[in-house]
Amino acid sequence: MGHIVIRNLNKHFSERRGARRTGNGAGGLAGETISVLDDVNLEFENGEMVCILGPSGCGKTTLLRIIAGFDEQFEGQVNVDGQPVDGPCADHIFLFQSSGLLPWMTVRQNVGLGLRQMQDQAKHDETLREYIEIVELEGFEDHYPHQLSGGMQRRAELARALAVNPELLIMDEPFSGLDFFTHMKMREEVVNMHDYIGKTMLMVTHDIDDALIMGDRIVVMSGRPSTIKLARKLDFPRPRDFEHNEELSRLRAEVFLMLGVPYAV
Amino acid sequence: MRNNRFKLKYVLPVISFTLLVLIWELLARYAGWSAHVFPAPEQVATGMLELIADGSLFKHAVASLYRVTMGFYLAFLIGVPTGIVLGRWQFARTLLNPVVQFLRPISPLAWIPLAMLWFGIGDPPAIFLIFLASFFPLAVSTMIAVTAINPTYFQVAANFNFSAWERIKLIVVPAIVPAVVTAMRITITIAWLVVVAAEMIAVQSGLGYLILDSRNALRMDYVMDGMIAIGAIGLLLDVIMKRLGRFESTEWASG
Ligand SMILES: Nc1ncnc2c1ncn2[C@@H]1O[C@H](COP(=O)(O)OP(=O)(O)OP(=O)(O)O)[C@@H](O)[C@H]1O
Ligand SMILES: [Mg+2]
Repeated sequence: MGHIVIRNLNKHFSERRGARRTGNGAGGLAGETISVLDDVNLEFENGEMVCILGPSGCGKTTLLRIIAGFDEQFEGQVNVDGQPVDGPCADHIFLFQSSGLLPWMTVRQNVGLGLRQMQDQAKHDETLREYIEIVELEGFEDHYPHQLSGGMQRRAELARALAVNPELLIMDEPFSGLDFFTHMKMREEVVNMHDYIGKTMLMVTHDIDDALIMGDRIVVMSGRPSTIKLARKLDFPRPRDFEHNEELSRLRAEVFLMLGVPYAV
Repeated sequence: MRNNRFKLKYVLPVISFTLLVLIWELLARYAGWSAHVFPAPEQVATGMLELIADGSLFKHAVASLYRVTMGFYLAFLIGVPTGIVLGRWQFARTLLNPVVQFLRPISPLAWIPLAMLWFGIGDPPAIFLIFLASFFPLAVSTMIAVTAINPTYFQVAANFNFSAWERIKLIVVPAIVPAVVTAMRITITIAWLVVVAAEMIAVQSGLGYLILDSRNALRMDYVMDGMIAIGAIGLLLDVIMKRLGRFESTEWASG
């Protein structure tokens, strides 16, 4: 489960405001449209950790939202496990770029959102404790999100997503805004988590090293309108080390170049 | 430091009220107005004691509070759900919002003739006017609060398969609590303003009636006592509403 096929995906937004301003005459008849995704073709295997890179504003979030079923205004074909996407559901959990924790609920209540259907109270509590333990938030069960640090909020949201045991976990820049050490630690946690549960994970990141170290597959997108510049499987052994693996370090320099930074240092 | 600030919080208002009474006393003494037109603090204080002693102040205050409570609760029970429906349902908003915005600026006092015609005299027309005065601010504030909810939360709801009822119970209601409590604070003040005006016309009890009746008897000291009672109760209502906004689960909104 979690096999994703994307064929000839095109996506544009129409900007009505822009249309009114420039709309005198034939030019802006249907409103100004900006093309965001241009003929995207991708295939992700079952259980892969896919890391997506691309310049800011190129359409990474847009692509993830389409896969998660939040945006159904697109052309082309997006299939998850052979079925066209059909609205959001608990099998495809999305971790938002900005926090998606409900601020009026404690950590316990937030993480419990995915366990609402569980009848057996003892099992419910046990599962809740298990996932809070995985992200090391024991002792903070009754804290509200605003009482947590940014990194703890991210971890709580991760626990909430994992507790549902989704077939597909979609993470939009899960590490942004974290300090260096928390970032490294979260990176490790997510990799371990992925090894452990083996579900498909899609992750957008701005950090090339994140992608090269964590990914089973790396996708690099170009600036808008976005095309796929690189989509390749990474079958380097772990733990990955740029200094000792020449092919990996060559790939790293290549990706840096692709994203417009010629000198990878 | 902390203790000092705590003290200041109570000392400063006492100073400002003392100054107010002092200015009043000076005006009464040296402005040369007759005591029938501008009673001095002492006279008003004596009048206050009389009104408290014979129980009439208490009786009138309870009558006013009863009407405000009834009208306000009715408005709350109908206005907040209305606001939620208008906020959540684009169709209802397009359909009804123009009507709401048309009725809203009509002062509740303009409804007095119709209210008396429809409800006779006594409590019902007064309660109706309080209801009108409170309904629109509560419904409109609720509607605005609902439309302002971060759309991410609804996407989370969709992601976790919330039912329509769960979306209301777990997202909408908790999200609007801070805004609704603020709206209640403002609205209760409006309701309190309106009850006094309504009581000058339709009823034989209440603080508004006390003021009108005292004016007819040319007892300006009682008029001022009525005003002081209105101000004091208004202050109290505001304090109660402020307390109401201090649940732990609404703290997220304040930072
Ligand atoms: N609702 C919308 N209406 C109009 N345009 C939009 C909308 N959402 C996104 N866009 C446009 O689509 C483009 C891609 O947005 P998207 O959020 O997918 O970028 P991103 O790659 O996630 O960027 P970042 O790395 O900064 O998060 C942006 O240029 C933006 O202007
Ligand atoms: Mg984004």
